[in-house]
Amino acid sequence: MTPRQRRPEPDPDDSGAATPDGDSKATGDSQTTGDSRPAPLLAVEGLTRHFVARRGPRTHSIVRAVDGIDFDVRPGETLGLVGESGCGKTTTGRMLVRLLEPTSGRISFDGQDITHLRGRALRPLRRQLQIIFQDPYSSLNPRHTVGEIVAIPLRVNGVRPPGGITRRVRDLLEIVGLNPEHYNRYPHEFSGGQRQRVGIARALALRPKLIVADEPVSALDVSIQAQVVNLLRQLQRDLGLAFLFIAHDLAVVRHFSHRVAVMYLGRIVEIGARDDIYRNPQHPYTRALLSAVPDVARIGAPPARIRLTGDVSSSLEAESGCRFRGRCWKAQDLCATREPALAHRDGGAQLTACHFPESGPPR
Amino acid sequence: MSLSNADDIALSEISATGPQPPLPKAGLVGRSPGQQAWARLRRDRVATVSGAVLILFVVVALAAPLIQRLYGVGPQQQFQDALDGLGMPLGYAGGITGGHWFGLEPGLGRDIFIRMVYGLRTSLVIAVAAAVITTLIGVAAGVLAGYLGGWVGAVIGWVTDFALAMPFLVVALALVPTVTLRFYGPRQAEPAVFRAGLLIVVFAVFGWTGAARLVRGQIVSLREREFVEAARASGVGLGHMLFRQLLPNTWAPILVSFSLAVPSYVTGEAVLSFLGIGIVDPTPDFGAMIYRSIDYLQTDPTYVFFPGVTIFLLVLAFNLFGDSLRDALDPKSSR
Repeated sequence: MTPRQRRPEPDPDDSGAATPDGDSKATGDSQTTGDSRPAPLLAVEGLTRHFVARRGPRTHSIVRAVDGIDFDVRPGETLGLVGESGCGKTTTGRMLVRLLEPTSGRISFDGQDITHLRGRALRPLRRQLQIIFQDPYSSLNPRHTVGEIVAIPLRVNGVRPPGGITRRVRDLLEIVGLNPEHYNRYPHEFSGGQRQRVGIARALALRPKLIVADEPVSALDVSIQAQVVNLLRQLQRDLGLAFLFIAHDLAVVRHFSHRVAVMYLGRIVEIGARDDIYRNPQHPYTRALLSAVPDVARIGAPPARIRLTGDVSSSLEAESGCRFRGRCWKAQDLCATREPALAHRDGGAQLTACHFPESGPPR
Repeated sequence: MSLSNADDIALSEISATGPQPPLPKAGLVGRSPGQQAWARLRRDRVATVSGAVLILFVVVALAAPLIQRLYGVGPQQQFQDALDGLGMPLGYAGGITGGHWFGLEPGLGRDIFIRMVYGLRTSLVIAVAAAVITTLIGVAAGVLAGYLGGWVGAVIGWVTDFALAMPFLVVALALVPTVTLRFYGPRQAEPAVFRAGLLIVVFAVFGWTGAARLVRGQIVSLREREFVEAARASGVGLGHMLFRQLLPNTWAPILVSFSLAVPSYVTGEAVLSFLGIGIVDPTPDFGAMIYRSIDYLQTDPTYVFFPGVTIFLLVLAFNLFGDSLRDALDPKSSR
């Protein structure tokens, strides 16, 4: 089930891939302090995507799915992007791999501005930036064999690996823990977890530097989730990949990420090293999310869950002030008038967008 | 007995929960969705019988000149000496004899069997050609409208609505004689190929809308699937996207719509010929034969019987086969 230990093709640029337990705590945030870590592989500044929602023949309104977010991902690092449904996580992922056109903002990859690349200019980027999809049942073309699915990125990009495409596809299937002899089988003959492995093999085919994993395990059984997450960690260690790991399951994110960004209604409300976020969450929304994670150690203890009341305020209307204030138990007049900036607050190592941050361990 | 059964079930569940569910090991080549559909089709008795009937019809139509040689009678040959003074065939049941299996036409005394063999050829050629052309136009229009959307989709949508809004028979009645007169004078006999081509064009102008709408809907629903986005993220071009990713997933409905379009063009062509704007004498054709036979309905009922029953069987076989094909390709859809 686990991929082989051997490295089929050692990447030359596979230098120090930081492990989750390594130096991530010391480096804290990367947004403001120029620290010793390598230059960002992916840098996002003010990224915005608005959708036009038609309500009638003349009237239409704008949905601010993603409304000005900044973050970066360093080589070999995993940034977890969490938030509830509809907060713009998936839209962000799609924009990064250029499946959606950003409304404004700037995406740069490896120092190159890729925000508005089109057609042929996009080709080299596609090789380095791949995506794993959420639903393993719709992300594989049912009319293609698994071998074809994995080979298509190689074929359309004119990659001729040594030993031929078939050989490389077999290697890839083996890397993700599938039987290479299943090359000629069709997706419907595989289970959900195996299909997701095929999706991972396809994303690996072009040997990317960064993979956007868009909720790669949320459609899978819990037992299979662990297998797939462990596979992704293994790949990260072996191939030095960087991940943008989009998820709503905080336990999975904690297991896999070096740094974590929490999104709410199109904005990042808190971003920082994993342990800072999980041990000392500052934003009330982050605390509410963390309190909802089931914890075996607390079975029987009095419930400490923070219940958010009210609905997600519609991102249709342009708002002033903090977007979370409608559901926040700490909201005051200031929150309605001024939007809090993402900054260090109360001596926390992470960046938090809240006027009245909390501190201390969750619960 | 019941205990051992329960044990078996429990054991099988335990053994099936390994990290990789065991796959059948017989040869490591999977069966494609198309191969599965073919296997289902072969198990379906209705499909087998109607398919055999269709193959028989097609073979007869293709082998028409060969049959003429074996049969010894041509489609334009007249047997006036086998008719009585009023032009009715001598003998019983429309003049059925060992030499004329389905009897003779009243009036001209031509052999009905060999004219039906050639008529079958005319019908099938026109119907299949019209179905192929309408399907091709429809698929092209539907794929472009569905995948590109935007103004291309809007324009194709308008043209489709326009073509759907035109009354077929009225336009055909106005168009066919006018176009024929434009190329050939009123006293000139135009070649049969011209008429057949004209009919195919008329069918093509009106018939592509169904396939276009069907394919457009399919593509629009496929476009949202993640494998399409995955292909885009891999950097595939438009051609690969359309022909390798999207179209292979729409073969099933296209094939079914094609197999149901052919019989509708068979009847459509017969209707136009019956109304006198389709195939005209002396070219053998079902519609024209039935039209002529109406005059003899009381005096010589066998004249209408054979062409009528044959066209009925042909259309029935096509429709049954189309239904079976749909069931085989998409077993989950309910009728």
